[in-house]
Amino acid sequence: MSPILPSERAELMQAARAVKGRSLWKDAQRRLFRNKAAVVSMAILAVLTVLAILAPLLSPYSYQVIDYALVSCAPPWWGGDPLCRATGAHWFGMDSVGRDLFIRTLYGARVSLAVGLVATTVSLLIGVLYGATAGFIGGRVDAAMMRFVDILYSLPFIFFVIILMVIFNRNFILMFVAIGAVEWLTMARIVRGQTLSIKQKEFIEAARAGGVGTFGIITCHVIPNVVGPVIVYVTLTIPAVILAESFLSFLGLGIQEPLTSWGVLISEGANTLETAPWMLLFPATFMAVTLFCFNFIGDGLRDALDPKER
Amino acid sequence: MAEPVLSIKSLDIRFKTPDGEVHAVKHIDLDIAEGEVVGVVGESGSGKSQLFLGATGLLAGNGRATGQVFYRGRQILGASPKQLNDIRGSKITMIFQDPLTSLTPHMRIGDQIMEALRIHLKMSREAAFARAVETLELVRIPEAKRRMRQYPHELSGGMRQRVMIAMATACGPDLLIADEPTTALDVTVQAQILDIMRDLKTKLKTSIVLISHDMGVIAAMCDRVAVMRHGEFVEQGSAEDIFYRPQHPYSRMLLDAMPRLDRPERPGHAPLITVADREARPFLLQVEDVKVHFPIRVGGTLFPKYKPLRAVDGVSFELREGETLGVVGESGCGKSTLARAAIALLPKTAGRVVWCGRDMSETTKEELRLLRKDFQIVFQDPLASLNPRMTIGQSISEPLRTLEPDLSRVEVAERVRAMMEHVGLDPAWINRYPHEFSGGQNQRVGIARAMIVEPKLVICDEAVSALDVSIQAQIVDLILALQRKFGMSLIFISHDLSVVRQVSHRVMVLYLGRVVELANRNAIYTDPRHPYTRALISAVPIPDPKLERAKPRVPLPVDLPSPMDSRSALTFLKSKRIDDPDAVQYVPRLEEVVPGHFVAEHDPV
Repeated sequence: MSPILPSERAELMQAARAVKGRSLWKDAQRRLFRNKAAVVSMAILAVLTVLAILAPLLSPYSYQVIDYALVSCAPPWWGGDPLCRATGAHWFGMDSVGRDLFIRTLYGARVSLAVGLVATTVSLLIGVLYGATAGFIGGRVDAAMMRFVDILYSLPFIFFVIILMVIFNRNFILMFVAIGAVEWLTMARIVRGQTLSIKQKEFIEAARAGGVGTFGIITCHVIPNVVGPVIVYVTLTIPAVILAESFLSFLGLGIQEPLTSWGVLISEGANTLETAPWMLLFPATFMAVTLFCFNFIGDGLRDALDPKER
Repeated sequence: MAEPVLSIKSLDIRFKTPDGEVHAVKHIDLDIAEGEVVGVVGESGSGKSQLFLGATGLLAGNGRATGQVFYRGRQILGASPKQLNDIRGSKITMIFQDPLTSLTPHMRIGDQIMEALRIHLKMSREAAFARAVETLELVRIPEAKRRMRQYPHELSGGMRQRVMIAMATACGPDLLIADEPTTALDVTVQAQILDIMRDLKTKLKTSIVLISHDMGVIAAMCDRVAVMRHGEFVEQGSAEDIFYRPQHPYSRMLLDAMPRLDRPERPGHAPLITVADREARPFLLQVEDVKVHFPIRVGGTLFPKYKPLRAVDGVSFELREGETLGVVGESGCGKSTLARAAIALLPKTAGRVVWCGRDMSETTKEELRLLRKDFQIVFQDPLASLNPRMTIGQSISEPLRTLEPDLSRVEVAERVRAMMEHVGLDPAWINRYPHEFSGGQNQRVGIARAMIVEPKLVICDEAVSALDVSIQAQIVDLILALQRKFGMSLIFISHDLSVVRQVSHRVMVLYLGRVVELANRNAIYTDPRHPYTRALISAVPIPDPKLERAKPRVPLPVDLPSPMDSRSALTFLKSKRIDDPDAVQYVPRLEEVVPGHFVAEHDPV
C-alpha cells in the first residue's frame, strides 16, 4: 500500500469524517439482526413472554380453580376416543385434577422462564467476573479463588439447597439463589481457563503499555474475547437450570402447588402418558421450542460477536 | 547436459476453497540437474512451497496438480502412493522450517532415522544403527551415539534441524528439498546448518532445492535461482545473473528491499537522521545495572525449589534524546526482557532506571501510568498485538483515551485520523478489524497506536521480523520517516543485524543477559572487538554471491549454552571461570577501547 499523496489528503479527510466510529456491540447488533434463525427465535420468545404475562389475565379460567366435571379431559379438538372431552376454551385440555392446562402451561412459562433467565444471568455475572479476575491476576490470588470454587463444587447440591431452606425458610427467591450459586462455578472455570490463554497475548501487553488499568483490561480486552465459549455455555445452562428447578419442585423444595412450572407439568404429564398424552405434549413442546430458541440465539450471538464472521 | 534428476513440466496447482478457487502455481517448468543447488525465492503466498509439495504428491486434500513431473525420466505426478513412497523419503527427501513439529515427539531420534533406513534400504538393525550414527556425525552432531537415545525435545532448535537433515540424507537421496530450513533459527546456527548442507553437496553430490525468502541464504548456497511471485517464475537464471544483472523489476525490488550488512543506507531511500551533537543532548533513559531474574522450578514435589534464570543480568546503557539504540543478540539473550523492564512492563530484580532524570522505581503506580505517555512499544506479531474484537480505530485511540482523558471525542477522532495518515493508512478504515488487513498494514496500526500519544521513546521489539522483505523495507522507511517528523528516540530490538545497522545510531550486542559490546553503528560492524560480535557478524549472509562465498567465517566456540548454568556467562572468559554450575562467577567489566566503543572483557582470540 502506498502512502497518501498530499493532493488526495483533503478528499480523504472529507470522506473519513463521514465515517463514524463503530463499536463491537453495534456491529454485533447489526450482524445478529441479519441472522434469520436468531431473529425468528427472538420473535417466538417475545410472543411467548407476552402470552405468559397477558393470557392468564385475559382468560376466563384460572390456574387453580378445579372443575371436578372435567378431570383429565382431552382438548375439544382431540381425535380418538378419550374418556371425556372438554368443551369451550379449554384448548389444551384439563389436568388430572381438573384445572385448565392452557393457563397452567403459561403460568409454568412464567416460572420456568424467570428461573432460566434470572439464575443464568446471576451465574453469568458472577462466573465471568470471578473467573476473569482469578485468571487475570493469577498467582496466589488465582489459587485461593479457584480452591474456593473447588470447595463449593464438592458440596452436594441438594444438601446445599436444604441447608438454605432451613436457614432462610422456603421461598421463591431462594430457589434462584440456590441454582445460580451452583451454576456459576463451571462458568468461572471456563472463563478462567480462557483468560489464562488470552493473558499471554501481546495485545494485553500493548494495552498495559497504553496505560490501561487492570479493571479496564479485564472489561475491554479479556471479557469480549471469552464471549464465544461463554455464550455457548450459557445456552447450555438455561435448559440445565429449568431442569434443576423441576427437580427441586419434584422434591418439594421448589414451586408449590397450585403454582406450577414446566418441569412440574412435564413430570406429571409423563405419569399419565398412556391415558392422557396431551398433559405431556403441551408443556414439553413449549419447553422444547423455548430451548431451541435459546440455542439459536446463542449461536447467533456468538457469531455476531466474532468480527471474523463477515 | 545429462538427464536432470527432477524435471517439472508445466505444473499447475489449484486449491478449492470456500471462497473460490486459488490458483497457487501457474504452469511452472523447472529442471534440476545432478549435484546442482537451485534456489527458489519468493515472498509468503508466492506458491514456492506448494510447487514442491505438489511435485512430490503431498498436496492438501483440496489441492489438485496437473502437468508432468519426471524423476530420472519416470513420471511421478499422479503415481500411486506406493510408488511414490519408494521415492519419497529415500530418493527425494524434504526438510521443513520447523524441526520440532517435523519430528515425532515420542520416538528417540535414533529410531526415527533407523526407521527410514530399514524401510527403504531393508537394512538390518545393526547396519541401520551404524549408518545412523555415521549420518549424525556427518551433520556434525557431537556424541552421536548418545544422541541416538535422546528425544526431540531434549535437543536445541539447531540440533533438531541437523537431525532432520541427517534423516533426510541417511538413505543417500538424489534430491534434497529444503523448505526454509533456517528461517526459525538464529544466524549463528543458520550459518552452521548452511555449512553442513554445503558439505553434503560436495561429499554426496546431492542436488538441493533451497526454498527461501532470504536473498542472503540464497546467495550463500545456490548455483541457479528462480524468483517466484503469484505462482509464476518471473525470472530464472544463474546466481550471478539474478544478483548482479536482475532483469525483472520484482527481482530488483527484492534485492533492493533486502537490508545488507555491508550497506548501511539503502540507495534511493531516506537515510537515518544524524545526531551530530550527541554529547550535548540530554539523557532520556539511563539504565543502570538492571537485572531481571525469573524463578524456575528445578524440583521438589510438595515444596518446590527454585533457581533464578538470569534473563537480564546487569545491563547498563544510556539513551539520549532523538537517538536510536539497536539491540541485537540471539533468541534467549534477554533483549525483549530488557526492553520491557526498562519501561516497567516487567518488574526488575535489581538496578535502577532513570527516565528524564527521574528514578522510575520511586514513582507511584498512578504516576507510572501517566508516564507511559512518554514511552510506547511496537510488538513483533502485528496480528497478535491487536485485540481481534476491537476496530483498528479503537485500538489506535486506546492509549489516547486512557492517557489523555480530557480530550473530547471529536479531538480523539481527529488525532486518530491524522495519525492513520502519517502511517499510511486510509482514515476511512477506522471501523475495520485487524483480520481484514495484511501483516504490514496491521504493523502500521501498531505503530500508529504507539505514536498517537507522541511519545519521547518508542521501543520496536522485533517490529519488522515477522514481515516479508518488501513490507519490512516499507515499515523501516516508515519508522525512519516518523522519527524525522516527530524526533522521538528509538530502541530497536532485532535479531537481524542488517536491519539494525540501517536504523540505529548505536548498537548494543547482548549475550546471555549481558552486554558484550556497545559501539556506534559503523564501528561495531567494521571494527568488532568481541569474539561473539565477530561470530555474529560473520554469520549474517550477504545477498551477494561473490562476497558471501569469499567471506571468512568466525565460528562460535559453542552453541548457546544453558542460561541456568552460571558458567555459561563466561564462555568468552574461560580463564576466570569457576567450574561449578552454581558458583558465583566473576562479572566481566565493560572496557572503553575507543571513546564510545565498549567491549566486555574476554580471553584474547
